[in-house]
Amino acid sequence: MVTKEDVKYIAALSRLTVPENELEKFTEQFNQILDYADKLQKLDTKGIEPTANVLPVSNVFREDVALPGVSHEDALKNAPAEHNGGFKVPRVLE
Amino acid sequence: MAKYITVIGLEVHAELKTKSKAFCSCSTEFGATPNTHVCPVCLGMPGALPVLNKQVVEFAIRAGLALNCEIQKFNKFDRKNYFYPDLAKNYQISQWEEPICLKGHIDINVNGEEKRIGITRIHMEEDAGKLVHSGATISTSDSSAVDYNRAGVPLIEIVSEPDMRSAEEARAYMENLKAILEYTDVCDCKMQEGSLRCDANISIMPEGAKEFGTRAEIKNLNSFKALVRAIEYEVERQKEVIEDGGHVVQETRTWDDAKGVTLSMRSKEEAHDYRYFPEPDLVPVEIDDAWINRVKSELPELPVQRQARLMEQFGLPSYDAGLLVSSKAMAEYFDKAVKTAKDAKAVSNWLLGDVSAWLNNENKEIGDFVVIPEHLAELTNLVKDGVLSSKLAKKVFAEMLKGNKAPKDLVKELGLEQVSDTGAIEKFVDEALAENPQSVADYKAGKDKAIGFLVGQIMKKSKGKANPGMVQQLLKQKLQ
Repeated sequence: MVTKEDVKYIAALSRLTVPENELEKFTEQFNQILDYADKLQKLDTKGIEPTANVLPVSNVFREDVALPGVSHEDALKNAPAEHNGGFKVPRVLE
Repeated sequence: MAKYITVIGLEVHAELKTKSKAFCSCSTEFGATPNTHVCPVCLGMPGALPVLNKQVVEFAIRAGLALNCEIQKFNKFDRKNYFYPDLAKNYQISQWEEPICLKGHIDINVNGEEKRIGITRIHMEEDAGKLVHSGATISTSDSSAVDYNRAGVPLIEIVSEPDMRSAEEARAYMENLKAILEYTDVCDCKMQEGSLRCDANISIMPEGAKEFGTRAEIKNLNSFKALVRAIEYEVERQKEVIEDGGHVVQETRTWDDAKGVTLSMRSKEEAHDYRYFPEPDLVPVEIDDAWINRVKSELPELPVQRQARLMEQFGLPSYDAGLLVSSKAMAEYFDKAVKTAKDAKAVSNWLLGDVSAWLNNENKEIGDFVVIPEHLAELTNLVKDGVLSSKLAKKVFAEMLKGNKAPKDLVKELGLEQVSDTGAIEKFVDEALAENPQSVADYKAGKDKAIGFLVGQIMKKSKGKANPGMVQQLLKQKLQ
């Protein structure tokens, strides 16, 4: 069972703010989703390899060749702020 | 105070020496202008898809085999989710459940004692970008500038078992690991540039305890010296905490090299809840025996093998050979020099003695050494052939350090040729005998020591240039 505390925790990990009045609704929806997925838990998967990828393919490689990417200017176009050619971000420690 | 046992495990990140990044074609060049080796994949643009660089797998297999690991045939990648600006995607592509290598080991030797340190696993992952903090330290900075050039550069993370019991053992493990990564040419191992990085998990437990104590993870260990100092500091810190009746907290701490302390790091991502799940954008990697066997057959000579060869081929003592091979560049210098040297042990002595001392003093690597191997060989040959005394050889060596001049030319330039002309030496001997009748009498009275004094006098007269062997011989003849 997902609790309100779980929802708050997951929201914090995801850097999302969930308004207090919506916590109840989210908790209920989380549980509904998990209940639905729970049906899978009832399947007998004995002897079945875990699926790593849905495609029946392996070993897709690139050769080790360096190619130009995007320009410095283009790279920083999406940066909210710039400092010394870097993406400026707020302080990272508490 | 109770006796404690230190328990250390190391997590080492080694940047692989590929030309392009792990999942995109951007260059891995170090030191470029920030954000010039970037593309939609490593900038985490929506819809951009990663494609694995085959060389990453090749290097990981090579390192794994050199570290005595079992190579896992089935490999997949997982997403490690965390919010930190060093990765634009908000997750790192890593390997969680299926690392490429398991169960390896490195043998170390500390104070003559052999010990095997286990390697739990090696996995492939991508490096993160670099944060340049606006303030002096991470904790005093209001903002940081992120450079994504390093984001996506391939890494292998080598996780050891908690098998080390002292800072010296950790250092020996790290040194051996570095040598192996250098020899296999998978990493350039420049700790200063961050291409080889080390985190240490450190705990202490009372002697006789069955369970390990709570560990702290120490980051930012950028040199062997920092590793040793940080372990020594952290062990004392934990002892104090316990002796004061407290408990060691499981946490990440950073090593402050200038202050010589470890400090608690409180990151905003405090919950270490990475919610790993299989990376859906990459397909599995299957490694067959043919691939493993091919890499195995191409493995270069490793440090242990090279040490054995130097001992057998040149009769070097185990300790000396071990020191020579601990740096690939040093071992290669030795191999080049002995090609033309008549006395391999002399070359080894020079390298481990005067050359190493000079390099340490100048804070240089053997790769930057001004004297070419052929010249060092020539210098040892001049001593071997009796042209130079070992004392004068040091004088010539000092001149060689000033420029790339051949020792033979320097000997002429400095007028240092050893005097091996019987007539000239005889003159010095006669003079010395005439001036020191007391020593002559002492010698004749059975005091063998007196001869040493006479030899010294003769060498002085010749300004150190007389061939010492001939001096001894002539002197003994005259005294009979």
